[in-house]
Amino acid sequence: MGSIVLTFILAATGTLVLGLVLRWVDRKVTAMVQWRVGPPWYQTFVDVLKLMGKENLVPVTAQGTGFLLAPMIALAGSGVTAAILWHAIAIPSQAFVGDLIVVIYLLILPALMTMLGAAASGNPHAAIGASREMKLLLSYELPMVLALLVAVAQTGWSFKLGGIIEAQAAGGSVLLSISGALAIIVAILCMQAKLGQVPFDLAEAECEIMSGVYVEYSGPSLAMFLMSRAMLLALMPLLLIIVFWGGLYTGAWWGYLTFAGKYFVLVALVTLIRNTNPRLRIDQTLKFFWFGLTPVAVLALVLALVGIAKGLPWL
Amino acid sequence: MALKMWALRKSLWVYHVNAGACNNCDIEVLELLTPRYDIERFGMILVGSPRHADVLAVTGVCTRQAMPRLQEVYMQTAKPCVVLAIGACANAQGIFTEAYHMGLPVDEAIKAVDPNAIIIYVPGCPPKPESMIDAAVKGMELLKTL
Ligand code: SF4
Repeated sequence: MGSIVLTFILAATGTLVLGLVLRWVDRKVTAMVQWRVGPPWYQTFVDVLKLMGKENLVPVTAQGTGFLLAPMIALAGSGVTAAILWHAIAIPSQAFVGDLIVVIYLLILPALMTMLGAAASGNPHAAIGASREMKLLLSYELPMVLALLVAVAQTGWSFKLGGIIEAQAAGGSVLLSISGALAIIVAILCMQAKLGQVPFDLAEAECEIMSGVYVEYSGPSLAMFLMSRAMLLALMPLLLIIVFWGGLYTGAWWGYLTFAGKYFVLVALVTLIRNTNPRLRIDQTLKFFWFGLTPVAVLALVLALVGIAKGLPWL
Repeated sequence: MALKMWALRKSLWVYHVNAGACNNCDIEVLELLTPRYDIERFGMILVGSPRHADVLAVTGVCTRQAMPRLQEVYMQTAKPCVVLAIGACANAQGIFTEAYHMGLPVDEAIKAVDPNAIIIYVPGCPPKPESMIDAAVKGMELLKTL
């Protein structure tokens, strides 16, 4: 019991710090792309600290309990995900059956709570934001799960994160096959949508619906949402590394270096996509995910199944 | 308490309220985001909702139509917050002071709902971005004494 609590606290705070640093990197790189200087390194920590010290306003039209509870549950969901993922990466042999499915569910929690909080705030802008968030969730969740299923199929139908890591350690990364490469491309684009980054930031488009889902949030509640978002930014690349890219190799010192390299590549991709694309409309987003990415994910899955049936590991 | 105020000074989020400006002050406010002035260096960003804001950048004369809305926006802002009255219009209604459609000047309109509001005046028509940055820095100094 004690070790569970310790794992949770360590993983959650570690991920929070990592996520806030990554958010700063994101802002700094964005500033440099726009030929600006950008914020100092401690900026994101100061933002959270400041919001913690401000007033927490609840609008008169809001349904108070849901409004205040939503950010806490979102933060807790991200914390538990962090604990499961870091535990799986540190000690792959101790994972429990089906933790991949638990992680998929827990990763939906922040988006779900954003919708709940926005709907509870009783603000029309937030309502539009919530409806967009819901459509976004519907559009990226299907290709995301299909892409993850490719990795599951290739590693011998193991729904354990630890099992997926161990199978890749024995038989090479999922990424190195055709279906795996297709699947990780789909998963990277879904990650962008899950993080709510441009071009899929339409739920909180600040110039058309005034920060959308977060419009009525202030002070500590807003800080909790920001922290949960920052943790997601740290967790999604981690999930992709575990599932597609072989996790962490602890056998030698260069294992840690390559892990950091993989992590850096995925985070850099998020910032790169965000800085080179305009925001899409909701109908364009839906079309992109359903008619663009879902067929690719299905194709990857079919290729993976054919590869398993015919014994062709490169497929 | 000191830590709280330090964090507030290092991360001022600005919400821009147009209370009947001629649009020239607004353009100068947007200039603050450009590479030349880049106020994100000081941790300031423009936000989309008064609930997130620490600074209300008010431009314009505060017409009769705009006044109740300005007061509402001020009350919606999470405290502690600072009001920047930007431009001659926002300071004392400028050349429009005797016109028929004036409400109260910005400072009086805000003091009417909160007598203890912190208001910083940025004169000019329109003020230079440098003077707005100066005003924001002075606002930070003022917050130190709180
Ligand atoms: S101060 Fe001058 S520039 Fe600013 S709104 Fe008034 S008239 Fe326009």
